[in-house]
Amino acid sequence: MPVFYENKQLVTPGDLVAENDYISGENTYKENNKIYATRVGLFGHEDKRVYVVALKAFYLPAVGDTIIGKVLEVTLGGWVVDIRAPYVAMLRASDALERSFKPQKDDLPSIFDVGDTLVAKIVAYDRTRDPLLTVLERGLGKIARGQVIEITPTKIPRVIGKQGSMVNTIKQETGCQITIGQNGRILVSGKSPEDERLAIMAIRKIEEEAHTSGLTDRVTEMLRKQKDEKSKKEVNENVPKET
Amino acid sequence: MKTSQKKPEKLIDEKGIRSDGRKLDEMRQVKIEVGALSNADGSAYIEMGKNKILAAVYGPREIHPKHQALPDRAALRCRYHMAPFSVQERKSPAPSRREQELSKVIRESLEPSIFSEYYPRTAIDLFIEVLQADGGTRCAGITAASLALADAGIPMRDLVSACAAGKVEGRLVLDLNDVEDKGGEADMPVAYMPNYNAITLLQMDGMLTGEEFETVLNMGLEGCKQISQLQKEALKSKYTAVKEDEKEESEEEAAE
Repeated sequence: MPVFYENKQLVTPGDLVAENDYISGENTYKENNKIYATRVGLFGHEDKRVYVVALKAFYLPAVGDTIIGKVLEVTLGGWVVDIRAPYVAMLRASDALERSFKPQKDDLPSIFDVGDTLVAKIVAYDRTRDPLLTVLERGLGKIARGQVIEITPTKIPRVIGKQGSMVNTIKQETGCQITIGQNGRILVSGKSPEDERLAIMAIRKIEEEAHTSGLTDRVTEMLRKQKDEKSKKEVNENVPKET
Repeated sequence: MKTSQKKPEKLIDEKGIRSDGRKLDEMRQVKIEVGALSNADGSAYIEMGKNKILAAVYGPREIHPKHQALPDRAALRCRYHMAPFSVQERKSPAPSRREQELSKVIRESLEPSIFSEYYPRTAIDLFIEVLQADGGTRCAGITAASLALADAGIPMRDLVSACAAGKVEGRLVLDLNDVEDKGGEADMPVAYMPNYNAITLLQMDGMLTGEEFETVLNMGLEGCKQISQLQKEALKSKYTAVKEDEKEESEEEAAE
């Protein structure tokens, strides 16, 4: 029962990665007791499970995911939302209002209009129907301020870190509010554009170095260094004024 | 058209060397680049001898018009197109009968490699643009298209490699170019999934005996295996290049 690659080795679609007793994990498939990779990615195995961490993939909706979407269209009973997936999502008016929807009274464009950015949650999705969203929970709804950046959806787990360690570090160091959409969109809103710039810089660094270890420490170090430089600058600017 | 492209009197000389200097079982020089276009979800560029071909993939994405949607899988839509300047005499940019047929056979040769059942009701759009043609464009097109699909992050059973083989002046040869195709007796394009050991495209025009057919098919498959190695290298080099850049960067940071 051999494994043909080492952990973190690069594989391409169709590569035979393991044989016999192993269990086929993400981005692999099993046929005639042989496991092959289906995407370009880094190979890994834990106990009996072999998997490939894809280097490039697109977002596939899953029930319960928090996502960041853009309103594409206002329809008679709701909104059509782009969620960066192969399918567009629907947000029904009754999932955006806290009461029942009255078509004569309620003016949908005044709630969300085309181009608005939303934080929403997927409540229903299967292969036969387009995903259905809701904004009736804490922390969901229209985004009023901040910046939205896009990264590869496969790298979202790295941005979150173990039990949220990575994202908490960035929040602490920059004082920004960060909302992560599982679809690869991240909302960063801070007290000043400078704080937001710093947080975005950290996220970009994570995206680029997602496959390396000890990343949380390096990100913390980078953020502290940047802040030090900034405060030094401020001191220098303030000194001549005071004297 | 025929003025600048004179047909050599002999396509193969006494020593078994072909008009472009290759041996009988030698493939043309192949150069592959993955991710050549930044606006497509996945892309690849291939040069095979004088062939120059770009392939781009979009999707899986919402399908329009909606009636083309398949309830159980993604629809692969393929367009093979030759640029007006890709051949000696200007080709009309409108899709010809030949291009429509090639679009269909290329689609059918790639479909088995994709897990299209994972993404029902969506479209995967594939565009193959021949910038310069010199025989065997469908094979080079399939090779590039398969890489573009992998680059787009679409899950695949295997990469598809394609190569032609045939008969020229009584000799069996690998990877025919334009003059050999036109002046030869038979041409047989083959597309193949090497790890899966499955042939996804097999066409032939011309005449071969049963024995010759078998030999030519095996030559074609050998060619596909060579191409497959090049495909893997090209796909990996896109990412190893990125990795090395990062390594340098982090080393620089450490030095600071």
